[in-house]
Amino acid sequence: MATEYAFPDNAAKTADASQEFQTEKMSVAMGPSHPSTHGVLRLNLDLDGEIVTKCDPVLGYLHRGDEKIAENMTYNQFVPYTDRLDYLAPLANNVAYAIAVEKLANLEVPARCQAIRVICCELARISSHLLGLGAFAMDVGAWTVFMYQFTEREKLYKLFEELTGARFTTSYTRIGGVSRDMPEGWTDRVLAFCDQFLPILDEMLEMLTRNKIFTDRTVDVGIITKAEAIAYGLTGPNARGSGVTVDLRKDRPYSGYEQYEFDVPVGTKGDCYDRYLCRGEEMKQSVRIVRQAIKNMPAGDYYAKDAVRIFAPPKAKVLTSMEELINNFMIVTEGPLMPAGEVYFEAENPKGALGFFVISKGGGVPWRMKIRSPSFCNLSILPKVCQNNLLSDVVAILGSLDFVMGECDR
Amino acid sequence: MTATADVTAALQGKFPQVTARASGDHPAINAPLADAKALLAVLRDEFGYDFLVDVTAADWGVEVSPRFSVFWHLYSTKDGAYLRVAADCVNDVEPAAPTVSDLWPAADWHERETYDLLGVTFNGHPDLRRILMWDGYPYHPLRKDFPLAGIDTPLPDEEVGAITGATAKPVPMAGGPFVAKCGKMNLSEAEPRAKDESWNEAREKPASE
Repeated sequence: MATEYAFPDNAAKTADASQEFQTEKMSVAMGPSHPSTHGVLRLNLDLDGEIVTKCDPVLGYLHRGDEKIAENMTYNQFVPYTDRLDYLAPLANNVAYAIAVEKLANLEVPARCQAIRVICCELARISSHLLGLGAFAMDVGAWTVFMYQFTEREKLYKLFEELTGARFTTSYTRIGGVSRDMPEGWTDRVLAFCDQFLPILDEMLEMLTRNKIFTDRTVDVGIITKAEAIAYGLTGPNARGSGVTVDLRKDRPYSGYEQYEFDVPVGTKGDCYDRYLCRGEEMKQSVRIVRQAIKNMPAGDYYAKDAVRIFAPPKAKVLTSMEELINNFMIVTEGPLMPAGEVYFEAENPKGALGFFVISKGGGVPWRMKIRSPSFCNLSILPKVCQNNLLSDVVAILGSLDFVMGECDR
Repeated sequence: MTATADVTAALQGKFPQVTARASGDHPAINAPLADAKALLAVLRDEFGYDFLVDVTAADWGVEVSPRFSVFWHLYSTKDGAYLRVAADCVNDVEPAAPTVSDLWPAADWHERETYDLLGVTFNGHPDLRRILMWDGYPYHPLRKDFPLAGIDTPLPDEEVGAITGATAKPVPMAGGPFVAKCGKMNLSEAEPRAKDESWNEAREKPASE
């Protein structure tokens, strides 16, 4: 993996016999298949001994051209592609995309649909943070947490499967609603999950928070100041770990988030440890939101009934009524007809602010769809934050940034 | 001054050519490209738009002039307000815009991506390389004249390409999703087999395959 190159000053250093332990300059390609790059990120590192002198991230190994694909298919057809952005929290992506297009269509979804979406987002946040935390802990040498979180995630995926029919690629939302209502008794099972989850979460966090090895690897490592976090466009727990009090659920509430009581954890120092603490606390807040949403679950429709030209009619009606059949045919072939215009919507996803910038010229297909992915923006600080750190700290920094390449490369 | 909805009026004192832009949600302004950078600096320092959310561009079509527009999305972390700034590129063939990577380091990668996918050059950018496609890739895939299926292109690794004779081939689209295009719909054109850009009923399958 490591290729040596001859630096001109190497010769001078070798000549200095008083230096018993010399450092050697080399360049190392870390990734694209490396356990701590969480996917296919490659870092071209220039090292001086163990110190990183330059870090050049190479992206694009997972580039699938999602934005080009979006320009060539109807708004509904693109929903499954959003699953594959941040594939650790597909439900949250579905919701962000649906709200963006609904803004374009000037469509209000019923309160019940909003509450279901909030539950989806928060459960997705828990599952994403669980994996982020487990992988981070494993990267810095704590295996057990990874095992614990996988058990919990499995329970969550069972719930997702019950709700959406799929464990991973959920494609749950539609423009103007969700694909189906919650199954009977599902909310009780979610509440039961929440009840048993909190003690286990505490146990998991206890294993790390005051763990000497973990704190040695993370405290004061990879410090991102508040000003840097804003300048580099960091969002989500990474920005909040640096003390930036930005949470779109609070600052620009969407999908009825203003009804729920929750706190936004904010770090003080901006090191890897603060980012870890923020994620841990956010999961507890998510449980709080889920409980409130279930407690106050409004009755009513799970899709906007007035959006007849946008939301595909129920299958039973398509098969029995001519009007609905024609309507369904038009929605499937031409796509839900949208007005011309430009909208930008960002949702507070587990990894940060996931934004969709939709330019429509009317018709059923977007003219241009830009996806602003939080992982892409969060990673752009890597060259800055890795510089003059130890190579082993790069692993801790990557783990603490909690990125997903599917979303970064699109 | 704080970020307000009538930012256009406030800006017109300094930049008389700024106009309000039609938008489905947030306030948006049109700015001449020459003023864009100074304008963004003013927005950051005096209007409180301290957070650069996104830099991107749009291709309005091969026959349209101006063909490319660059968009900046700004956010004020204090007021929780968004602002969209749009500027048309002067040159349709070699579109260019000023870089804002010195105002916000966040713009660095966004501008690299916009250059990569749409071919908009950002003047003054310190390191304008491709970011998602490989170095040396000849096209800008998000341009409207780039086909969805892709274009036959040499592999990124010349050595491998020379030995194996393999290239990055267009994707066969027959059997793919029902692909639609923006604007006037022709349903038979949207049919997957008709959309296949390599071969279909109208065009014979190449003999080499």
